[in-house]
Order: sequence, then C-alpha cells, then structure tokens
Amino acid sequence: MTHRMEDLWNRLQSSHTIDDVQSVVEHLRDAFDLTHVVYHVVGGSGREYGAVTYDADWVQHYKEEEYFRIDPVVGEALRRFLPMDWKSLDWSGKPARELFHKAVDQGIGRQGLSVPIRGVGGQFALFSVTGDDGDDGWQSFMRESSGDLMLASNYVHQRVTEIMNEEDTVIAAPLSPRERDVLSLLASGRSRAEASDYLKISEHTFRVYVDAARHKLGALNTTHAVAKALANGLILP
Amino acid sequence: MIRFLYADQLNTAPLLAETMFRDRAVQFRDRLEWDVTVDENGFETDDYDAINPLYVIWEGDDGRHKGSMRVLPTLGRTMVNDHFTHLTDGVTIMSALIWECTRFCISPDAQDDGKRIAGGVMLAGHELGLRFGLLSSVGVFDARMRRIYRSIGWEPEVIGEAGEGKNRICAGLWPFSEEIRAAIAEAAGLDEDLGRQWFDASFPAHQTVLPLAA
Repeated sequence: MTHRMEDLWNRLQSSHTIDDVQSVVEHLRDAFDLTHVVYHVVGGSGREYGAVTYDADWVQHYKEEEYFRIDPVVGEALRRFLPMDWKSLDWSGKPARELFHKAVDQGIGRQGLSVPIRGVGGQFALFSVTGDDGDDGWQSFMRESSGDLMLASNYVHQRVTEIMNEEDTVIAAPLSPRERDVLSLLASGRSRAEASDYLKISEHTFRVYVDAARHKLGALNTTHAVAKALANGLILP
Repeated sequence: MIRFLYADQLNTAPLLAETMFRDRAVQFRDRLEWDVTVDENGFETDDYDAINPLYVIWEGDDGRHKGSMRVLPTLGRTMVNDHFTHLTDGVTIMSALIWECTRFCISPDAQDDGKRIAGGVMLAGHELGLRFGLLSSVGVFDARMRRIYRSIGWEPEVIGEAGEGKNRICAGLWPFSEEIRAAIAEAAGLDEDLGRQWFDASFPAHQTVLPLAA
C-alpha cells in the first residue's frame, strides 16, 4: 500500500459532500501526475453524479454537443469491466475522430485509461484518467498503476455511493461469522500465518476473506478493516 | 489461439460462439449431468451469460471452439455470491481485485490436444490476473474437475464442498503469481508470453494520434 493510496483514502474518509469529492479528484490527478481524472456514476435509480477535473467550458461543450452519443469511451465502457486503454477503442468513425482531436486541442490529454465499475443493483460508474505521455511511457504507467487505479476508482465510487446514499449500496452488508473470525484473530495480534493456521485455511483463502471484509467495511487495508470493525462493535477486542 | 470476447462481441464470431454454447451443453448437461438449461439450438446458457461477461475462448484453426471459460467482476452479480455462499463459509466475496471464473469447458473436439488447450485457457486467465493486479479468482466447479486443474498446474484452493458422488461441487480460489504462470505454461507446453500476446491481439492498441481525414 503506497503512501498516495493511503492519502487518497484518508481524504475520501473526510469527504462529506460531493464538493469534497471534487477536490479529492483534483488531488488524485496531482498525486498520480495525470492530466485529468474523471469519475461519473449513474445510480440504479438513474441519478447521476460526476467529479471531473476537465475545464468547465469543455464539460459544457461536451454536453451541448451530446458527445456522449458518439464517444467510444462511453459507448464501450458501459458494457465492459476490464480497465480499457483508450487506444484499444474504436475511433475509426469520423465523429469519434473529430471528438478525439477536439479533446486533444482542449488539453484533455492524448492518452486515456478507463475503469468501468458495475454495481449489483444496476448501478454503473466510469473512472477515467488521462495523460500526455508517449505510447511507451503510458504503457509502463498502466502496467505499474492499473491495480492502484482499480482500487482508487473503487474507493471514490464507494465513498460517493455512501454520500449519495444509494439504496443499492453494498457497503452495509453484514460481515459473516467467518469474516469476523479473521478480523478478530488479526485484532488479537496474530500474524496472517498464525491466524490462517488456527482456522485451518490457507493463507491465500485468509487473504481473500480479509479482502471481502475490507470491501464491505469500505476500509483501505487490513489494519483499517480491523480498526473499523472494532470501532463499530462488529468484533470484540 | 485464445480470443478474449465480451458477450456482446460474440456476434462477430458466430461459429465460435455457437460451438462454445453447444460444447457447454455436452460438458455440463451430458457429461457432468448438471441441471442446466439448453435451448432449442442446443446452446447451454444461464443468467450470467446475459450480463455481458468476458469469455476466454480457444479458437481452433477451423474457427471452432476448443475450450473456454467465463469471467465476471465480483462487484456485480456472480454465481458464487448469488447461489453458493454455503460453500464459502458464508462469505460474500466481493472486491475490485477478485473476479469470478465459471463454465470452464473443454470441447470433445479437442481430443488429444485437451491438456494444451485447457492450459492455454488458464494461461489467458492468468494474464488477466497479473495484468490487472488481481488478488484472486473465485469459482464454483464440479469436484471431478479438480484432477484436471491439478494436471494443468493451477489447482484451486477448495474452500467448501457439498453434495455426494457426481453431484459434488466445490467453491475454490485461484491465486495469481509469476511462478504459477510458469508452471501452467510448462505443463501445457506453451510459451509463457502467449497470454500477453493473446490479450494484446484481442484489444489491439491503435495509433495515438489518429488522422482526421480518412
């Protein structure tokens, strides 16, 4: 867990309004040395929300021209779940090419990566980052950062979902007895190896259970998950 | 070679798609005797094929399906979370870093090449895991498949089992690592780097700056 991921998570935890999230997204852009960061969610109920670092004029122009109808980032991402390099999208149509060139002129960036997020209740979100590297530089950035960016997109998504208080949020899902077991053992100071040994499960299985609990608690990492479970009385000290 | 195709891209490879769904009927209904739905075309499908999963498919030189599996993110709907939490110690396994792999299928058409094809599908699955920094894959499978997975060099950690005899099913976790990838490649007699090449061929990168006129 890198410092910038921890910092991102802390900033999100102290965000209580959509405006707060906007400044977190701006911070994320700087921390990852990106050109832009865009987060957009359409809730199961159809409610929409976005946090973008794009220039306001570009956002307005994009909406007025209804570019979302021809933008391959939107068109493809709606149906995908793998993180997508924008270069792998189909820009061959003339409207799409024109959009691309206009976007580059507006300083959106020549490279992009989008992480689609599917929710269980039909909720859908798209988290995109853009940059101005050459192809090789962008390739290695993606290789190094796609795990972090998938987590980052999820932290932002979880926090916004909490703030929007969507009904289909899964954050409130209760922990199973097994998840409470793994967190309790960690809380008692046992190492992962000792705890998995005690439960007679492999370390990998243990890690997966901890990660499932971490996700449900909206926690950054194992330590945070244990602290959050203790603070909420889900496990006993 | 392996192709990565989302469900809504299967119409670009109709023969491949048709033979995959028919081979699934042979494997899951006829051979494993699972209670699955097969339509009038002989295609085996379920609810999860309808939510645009990603398929990892070995396409033979004749354009037909030789082996495949189906991948879904656990943040959305999955088979294991919807129906099989009694096999996971009651844990709903959801995480941005865990994906579900199901319907692992080898075509009867694969014949002697089955092990190489099974290994190829697993090598391609591993490419997803390592490329996107995933923690694990999760899946529900027939207990009789354990032997196959072991022979491929990527045995899942079984976290729960239920049912007797031919009805015995397992929930398992597959970890990702460079070492396991090497073991799969070796067992299948395939080059380790093929997973990356297949992925890049399925999602080819175009030029950065596209010409305006065309």
